[in-house]
This record gives sequence, structure tokens and C-alpha cells, in this order.
Amino acid sequence: MTPLSQLLPGQFGKLASLNPERGVDQRLMALGLLPGMVLKLIRRAPLGDPLAIEFGGQVVSLRLAEAENLIVDVAADCPIQRPRQP
Amino acid sequence: MSTPEAGLLVALVGNPNTGKSTLFNALTGLRQRVGNYPGVTVARKSGTCDLGDGQKVELVDLPGLYSLAAASPDEQVVIDALSGNIAGDRRPDAVVLVVDSTNLLRNLFLASQVAELGRPVVIVLNQADVAKKQGLRIDTELLSRRLGGVPVVLSSAWKGEGILDVRRAIALAIAQQTQLKRVAWPTNIAAALADVAAAAAADTGKQISEADAQRLLFDTNPSTADRLGWTIAQREKTLRSARDRVRNSGYNPMAAEPLVHYAHLRIILEGVAIEGLGKAGRSAAVDRLLLHRILGPVLFLGIMLGFFGSVFWLAKFPMEWIQSGVDWTKTIVAPLLDAYPMLQSLLADGIIGGVGAFLVFLPQILILFLFIGILEDSGYMARAAFIMDRLFSWCGLNGKSFVPLLSGFACAIPSLLSTRTIEDPKARLATAFVVPFMSCSARFPVYALMCAAFIGPLYGAGWQSVVMIGMHCVGLLFAVPTAFVLTRLVLKAKPQPFVLELPRYQMPKPRDVIWRMWQNAAEFVSKAGTVIFAITIIVWALSYFPREASVADRIKAANPAASEEVVKAKLQAAYVEQSYMGRFGKAVQPIFDPLGFDWKITVGVLASFPAREVIVSTLGVTYSVGEGAEADSRQLRKAMQDAKWSEGPRAGTPIFSLAAVLALMVFFALCSQCGPTIATLAQETGGWKWAAGSFVYMTALAWVAGTAVYQVVIRLT
Ligand SMILES: Nc1nc2c(ncn2[C@@H]2O[C@H](COP(=O)(O)OP(=O)(O)OP(=O)(O)O)[C@@H](O)[C@H]2O)c(=O)[nH]1
Ligand SMILES: [Mg+2]
Repeated sequence: MTPLSQLLPGQFGKLASLNPERGVDQRLMALGLLPGMVLKLIRRAPLGDPLAIEFGGQVVSLRLAEAENLIVDVAADCPIQRPRQP
Repeated sequence: MSTPEAGLLVALVGNPNTGKSTLFNALTGLRQRVGNYPGVTVARKSGTCDLGDGQKVELVDLPGLYSLAAASPDEQVVIDALSGNIAGDRRPDAVVLVVDSTNLLRNLFLASQVAELGRPVVIVLNQADVAKKQGLRIDTELLSRRLGGVPVVLSSAWKGEGILDVRRAIALAIAQQTQLKRVAWPTNIAAALADVAAAAAADTGKQISEADAQRLLFDTNPSTADRLGWTIAQREKTLRSARDRVRNSGYNPMAAEPLVHYAHLRIILEGVAIEGLGKAGRSAAVDRLLLHRILGPVLFLGIMLGFFGSVFWLAKFPMEWIQSGVDWTKTIVAPLLDAYPMLQSLLADGIIGGVGAFLVFLPQILILFLFIGILEDSGYMARAAFIMDRLFSWCGLNGKSFVPLLSGFACAIPSLLSTRTIEDPKARLATAFVVPFMSCSARFPVYALMCAAFIGPLYGAGWQSVVMIGMHCVGLLFAVPTAFVLTRLVLKAKPQPFVLELPRYQMPKPRDVIWRMWQNAAEFVSKAGTVIFAITIIVWALSYFPREASVADRIKAANPAASEEVVKAKLQAAYVEQSYMGRFGKAVQPIFDPLGFDWKITVGVLASFPAREVIVSTLGVTYSVGEGAEADSRQLRKAMQDAKWSEGPRAGTPIFSLAAVLALMVFFALCSQCGPTIATLAQETGGWKWAAGSFVYMTALAWVAGTAVYQVVIRLT
């Protein structure tokens, strides 16, 4: 269980929980990011924030602070690509 | 526009960037602005659409949205339009859901929510050409059946394909009242919804639709409750127990709606779309380059510098042509009216000068919007926002503020128009408010004159460039804290999350880009143009009247040996001095005294409130070197260098001391001296409140900063 903000570029994760009371999470849920959904952190912006994530065939950008409450499961059943060592 | 006889109203609804406006244009023949940038349509537009059988309906194009849970004002517009809450507007008789064929699941979430409104529905799977290229095959018949028999048609609005099918489908939906299959709410949620509806109906005495009950139960936003007049005291207990009931059934009440809808849609879409092998993943590859950690920002800077550099560069020539066209018209028209000096001056200096003053902005506006159009339509704009967001987020703006602020260095007018692409109303307002601080090209002549006349000759070319660059930064220095204070302390609205879709790249379509450029230019001319025109006439009148013949005699008598030209220049100066403007300038000079301005500069400052670049020609008049003064005029420079205070404590010292020169430039860097900007600001912020605020704030700031500079520098030199 890690916050989405700590995924490495190229890493996949399965959304475990979010905070439905928050506006950002409501927006993401409307876009189809619901618990159980597999997502991929594509990259960070050149200045480190925001992040670009991919899920359900779309690429969406969200800010680091807003990604902290999204908890993902980097579990065995997610297709994981070897992340680059930081 | 005449209302269609049938009086039926059809609304286009869908996610942002799916092609609603393009479809609207294809269906109505009207031209609406389109762009590959989520959030391009910001208010509703309507037109008449033929359904193919002679029947006509009124079609409305609405802003794109992802969900009916109103989070932003744009979304509220759609919800109100769909439920008929906009005053003087009917509830639509049918809803056309425009769907991006390449992302059915997400797009149909909104459709599934709209189904709850119980309106006849048509599903248009647009961008079918893109789906086809990706090798995606969609079984529209199966989808139609699963959705309860609503018409489902494929279209490529941009290519004009499938438009007739859309027309027929709308006719069918209206004739057969086709309803979209609705979700089956789990028992506990259904019961909670019923509780809410019953309680709200009892408390307000109004009929509560199922869709309203859902908004009341699921939304944190109170807009639906407010509209129905269901007060907090009345609703609090009911909502709490209804939400508890939802929670007890295993759903978070705030997440129940998307969870149930998406589960419902996953079953419906089973086997509907078959992915082929022609997967198009080119956008990801382009992003690897354009969003690369090091190359990304480098390319970004290159693109922006290239684009905005050429705004100056390309616009220079047409601007010169317009300027010489205006001057030429003056020289043709003026002699015809030699017998009527007042009329001559009104026409030449007032009307032609006034029209010319805003026409010269036109090339810049056209070119700027051409570039913005290319950036948006290609899909790069969203990436620019992604790259820049970090730099703007800390002061309450966001990545989308970047383009308006950068283009503000060319001209504030198009830049204000481009703030429309910022969805968050708070960030949009704050961006629009600080745009006028950017050092626009009209400030350039002022800096150029002052630097060439004083800084260069006294301190050398090196310092001249330093001051020039410094002046371009002064505005920025004040803009950032202003935005910070505005978003933190003044604007109370809840900040919107910055969730931005990065659309796929596409070749910009010349037709859309050029149309858009044209539309913005037309809007500028019709709205801002009239205001500039009016203000110019007023300033002309104030500096023309009263005009007494005795002045002419006095000047001629005082300069018997002077050439005709010198007399003319002196006469003009004398006229201005005793005009209302001149008298007023002398009267208010004490206000500008702390900045070291004499009455002549004061008149220049006053006359340049409608358009700051007027200062140069006004100084030309008050320093009696004739009207044609330009920034590089030797005569004007000399006259200003020689000018001395004639009275008061500073008598005998030069008026244009280093302190006064710097104060004047800082004053111009910060002061709100542009009628069109104020007019556009009012238009874009929906009222004169912010425009007036901006005027007062910037002018006061300019005075304070100018005074500070003068008082400090005068003591140091
Ligand atoms: N390839 C392709 N592109 C399309 C089609 N329809 C629209 N587009 C493009 O999609 C982009 C968005 O189109 P718009 O009509 O502005 O979309 P919209 O739904 O009105 O967008 P918002 O007003 O922002 O909600 C533009 O670049 C269009 O040229 C289509 O059928 N095929
Ligand atoms: Mg649109």
C-alpha cells in the first residue's frame, strides 16, 4: 500500500482507496478511477509536479498534493514493469 | 434568429472535447468555436437544425462536462439547462449525448446520469474515424439494444460523415420518446433516495424528481438544495440518516453514484467494442519527447519564444501598413476640411486617429490567436499547462494561466480573451486581473523614448538595456504577489482541483484555427472597438475645447520672425495649455508632484489613460515640437532634455531628472492606462466591478511606486 504520489514512472498500481469527500477524488471517480482500477504512473512533469497517470485508456494530470490521498496497491496481479532505479 | 415552428428544443451534451461544437456546426450550419482543448465552449449557444424531413428544432450547444455532480460553474450551466432552470428557457425535448467513440465507458457515465432525467435520448458515437484508425469496431445495434432501444449512431462530425443519421435519430427519439436504460439502484440506495425525495417534497411543497433526489443525496455541493429552497436546517437530519443508510449497505455515499453507474455500464459494454490490432499509440511516443525531463522544457521554451517572438515580428509589418494607411487617410481628408478647422480636427485627430488606435492592435490579435489555435487544436496546450503548473500553483493560479500571461507581453486584449480556457473560476479571475501588469507592447514606446533621451546619453547603452529589461519585469514583480493575495484572501470560492485530461495529439485543422482567429478578432473589434472609439473622441474634445481666436493672435504677435512651422507648433502647445485638458492638468499637477511630474507630463499622463502610447504624441504637442512626434524623434528628445522647472522650489533644475524619468517609466509600467483592456476585463469577468477594481488598484499602485522611486532616487542623486 503506497500513496500514488510515491509510484515511480512506468509503475502500475491498483487503486485501493480514495477519499470520496474530496473534490479531486470525486472528479477522478467521474472519470472512472474507482477502487480496483489498475492505473499507471506515466511520468512526473519536468518540475516534479503534477503527475500524469493513465487509466481506462486516458491520460490525466493531477497534482502531487492531490495524489497523496490515493492509495494504490503495487500487487502481484498488476503488470509491473521494472522501474528505473532512482 | 427565428424560432422554429415546432418549438422543440434539443440539447447537445457530452464530455469535454468530444466534438459537440463540431457536430453543432455540422447540424446547424452556424460556426461555433472548436478546439482540441477541454473546456472550449464556455456558455451555451443555439441554432436551428433541420431533422432531414423538413421538421426544424432549436439546437443548443453546451459546455463539456464529466459528471452531473456540479463542481464548476460550467457544469452548473449544463445541469440548469437540462432541468429547465434557466429563466426563459425550456427543458429540452431531447438530449443528444455526444460520445468519444474511443472511450465509451467514461463517456457513457455521463449518459447514464442524464438518463435519470427521463428525457428522450440519442447517442452519437463521434470521432468514428479515429476509432476506425485505431482498429476499434463498435457494435452499435447491440449497444442500442442494451441501452433500452435508444438510437445509437456513428459519426465523424469533423468530416461531415454520419450527420444525416444524426438528424434522423433525433427525429426518431422525439417521435418515439426513446428512453435510455436506467441503472438499477441497490435496494438500500433506492430507499434512501425515496426518503430524501419524500422529505424534500414535504418541506418545500415542490415535486422532487428522481434526478433531483440523486443530486441531493450524492452531492456535497448544495446548489440543488438551494434551488429547491430546501434549507440546511430542514435537510440536515434527513440527509444524514439517508447517507447512513447508504453507508450501511456497504457504499460510501459520496462514491455510490459512480460505483453503481460504472458497474452497470461495464455489463452493458461487454462485447460492444472489439479492439483490433491497429492500435494507435503515437501520442505516448510524442509525449516521451515533448514531456521529457530535460528536452521537454527546452522544446517548450523554444516553441513559446518562437511563437511569441513572431507575434511581434510578423505583426510589425501589417501594423506599419495600418499606421501609414491611417496617416495617409488623414492627409487626404484633412485638406478637404481646411475651411472648418474644428471638423477637420475632429475627423483627423478624433475619429480617424481613434479608429486607427485600435486597428493597429488587430494584426497582433490575429496572429496571437492563430498560434493559440494551433497550440490548442494540436493538443500541445494541455501539455504546456502540465509543464508550467508547478510554477503557478503556489500563487493560486494554474498551468493554464501561462499562455494568457505570456501573451500579455504582446497585448492584454487577446490575452484576456484567452483566459477563458481556464476552468477554475478563481484562477481565471486572478489570471485576468494580473494580465494587465504584463508589459504590453504599447508600453514599449514610452520606455524607448525615456531610455533613448536620458538613460542612454547619460549612462551608456549598457544601462539603457538594463533599464529596458528591468521595466519589463516591474509588472511581473507586482503581478505575482497580487495573484497570491487575491486567491488567498479576496476570492473566497473553493479552489477547483486541477485535474486535466491530456488529449491525444492531432494535426491542427486549418479551417478550425482560422475560423477561431477570425471570430476573436471580430469580437474584439465590435466590443472593445466601440469603447476605444468613444474614449478617444472624449479625450479629443477635452484637449480641443475651448479654442479662442485670441490665442492665435497672441502667439503670432509674440513670434513675428518665426517660421510658419514653429508658429504652428507653438500655437498647438498654447491651445492644449488652455484647453480643458490643459487646465485640468495644471489643476491636478500637485497630485503628480511627488513623482516629479510637471503640468505637461501630467497632461500627457491624463491624456494617455485611454491608451498609454498616446503619451509620446502628447508630449510632442505640449513640448511644442508638433504632433508627429515619435519615440525616436530627435527634436522631442532635445526639447525634453532642455526642459527646466520655471517656478517653485525646483526652479532651474531639469524636469527630466533621473528620478523623474525612472518614476515616469515605473508609473507607466504599473498604471492602468488602456480603455480596451478595462472594457475587455469587464466583459470577461461579467461586470464592471473587477474592471473598476483593476483600474483603481493599478493606478494607485503606479502612483505609490512612482512616488517611492522619485523620492528615493532624488535623494541619492
Ligand atoms: N478526427 C476527428 N476529430 C474531430 C471530430 N469531431 C471533432 N473533432 C475534433 O475534436 C476537437 C474538439 O472538438 P469540439 O467540437 O471543440 O469539442 P466540444 O465537445 O465542443 O468540446 P468542449 O466545448 O470543450 O466541450 C477539435 O479539434 C475537433 O476538430 C471527428 O469526427 N473526427
Ligand atoms: Mg464545444
